[in-house]
Amino acid sequence: MIKLQLPISEEAIRELKIGDEVAISGPMITARDAAHKYIYENWPDWLKPFMKNSMIYHCGPVVKKHDDGSWSFVAAGPTTSIREEPYEASVMEHYHVRAVIGKGGMGETTLAGLAKTGGVYLHAIGGLAASLAKTVVKVHDVYMLEELGVPEAFWHIEVKDFPAVVTMDSHGGSLHKTIKSQSDKVAKKLIFG
Amino acid sequence: MFQYDDKKLKDQLLELIRRAATDLPEDVVDSMRAAWKNEPEGSSARSVFGMLLKNIELAKAESIPMCQDTGTNIYLVYIPEGFSMRKLTALIHEATEEAVEKSYLRPNAVDSITGKNSGNNLGEGQPFIHFEEWDEDYIEFKIMLKGGGCENVSTQYKLPDVDLGADRDMDGVYKVIVDAVNEAQGQGCAPGILGIGIGGDRASSSLAAKIQLYRKLPDTNENAEMAKMESKLLADLNELGVGPMGFGGKTTILGVKIGSLHRLPASFFVSISYMCWAYRRRSMTLNAKGEVTYD
Repeated sequence: MIKLQLPISEEAIRELKIGDEVAISGPMITARDAAHKYIYENWPDWLKPFMKNSMIYHCGPVVKKHDDGSWSFVAAGPTTSIREEPYEASVMEHYHVRAVIGKGGMGETTLAGLAKTGGVYLHAIGGLAASLAKTVVKVHDVYMLEELGVPEAFWHIEVKDFPAVVTMDSHGGSLHKTIKSQSDKVAKKLIFG
Repeated sequence: MFQYDDKKLKDQLLELIRRAATDLPEDVVDSMRAAWKNEPEGSSARSVFGMLLKNIELAKAESIPMCQDTGTNIYLVYIPEGFSMRKLTALIHEATEEAVEKSYLRPNAVDSITGKNSGNNLGEGQPFIHFEEWDEDYIEFKIMLKGGGCENVSTQYKLPDVDLGADRDMDGVYKVIVDAVNEAQGQGCAPGILGIGIGGDRASSSLAAKIQLYRKLPDTNENAEMAKMESKLLADLNELGVGPMGFGGKTTILGVKIGSLHRLPASFFVSISYMCWAYRRRSMTLNAKGEVTYD
């Protein structure tokens, strides 16, 4: 298990290889579908401090609001990342984001972007929501809650030992491509004999 | 027809939702445990199953959703003659709003035109409630929480499919199912459970596929040919090696459940409803005495 502390340098990220298991600690931000579309259309400066040398978590949490106005995450697993494929490479490059955390992997454009920018794709376990919420030790703040709603707002969070696996690295490696090419062979045999 | 107490039934429906979101059915947990045992020590597949089993226990112990995507809430409601569907729908809506307040459900209903989240998980077509009248003297509510990731990899084919060499027969049905699971990879939170609807029109076929998902994992199809097809597909699909989360492994699919409808001479649809491992389905019965049982 490799410990990653945020903010993190490009050099440290480039050392990671597919298959590495990591535990992440520090501040990061959530962003999913509506948030990515908003970024891509507006390129807001206010997001810069949350993104630089940090990570974007593809997550739409179940939250609880406390009487004092503070929030906590109740359930917070990853959402499917491939829907952000049209945006992610540009977003990572523009804001110097060092990793995205999600599930299911991403495509060729993002893979090329990871090599160019110095980033990795971290796969969290889909549906591990109760356990992962425990690693979100603090919700610093939430942005655009009214406009985007609870699942799609920008949640600025602090995590401690958040577990994930590197499935796409900055050297062109993608576990998703490897598994797909193996299963394609089996599927072809089952379908065409 | 019997009388029920509105407030009491609303609370009982809230409890049904809580159980669905936080407590995975025993047959699914058993299947996950068996999959965990079947993966070699030290493999990432085994480690994923281990983490998921811990997550299932934690969600149950602390009564919190096992997955943050509490999904489309799909209800099948069986009623004796005379019950008002509108009144029961209103109670389901009330229970849904309260479940959001209690963080059992995420507000998951987004206006498709404006992009606005309704905030209470209610909206046009949400939750989805399907009523059927039956001869029994009690009401049964079945609920399934189906996440968006697995719904997105669910699909529908029309036969013949030239690219796959799939004709209008059971062999053709087999081929498109293999293709669908291979294309889904880990995106639908594998290992998945497949509900298959053969025939019908585009809408009825999809619903038939979803209704298959209310069957329990160990049951056997009453139709011998389809029972055979289900076990063949389960064995063959696990040869794909996609594994939990698409990390590679021996378990890609936990179950295959097939149903069929009559079709038009012109149409031959095969609908594949892919359900994630967080196979959240629960049921509740309500009798004339106001007593409920949960399963």
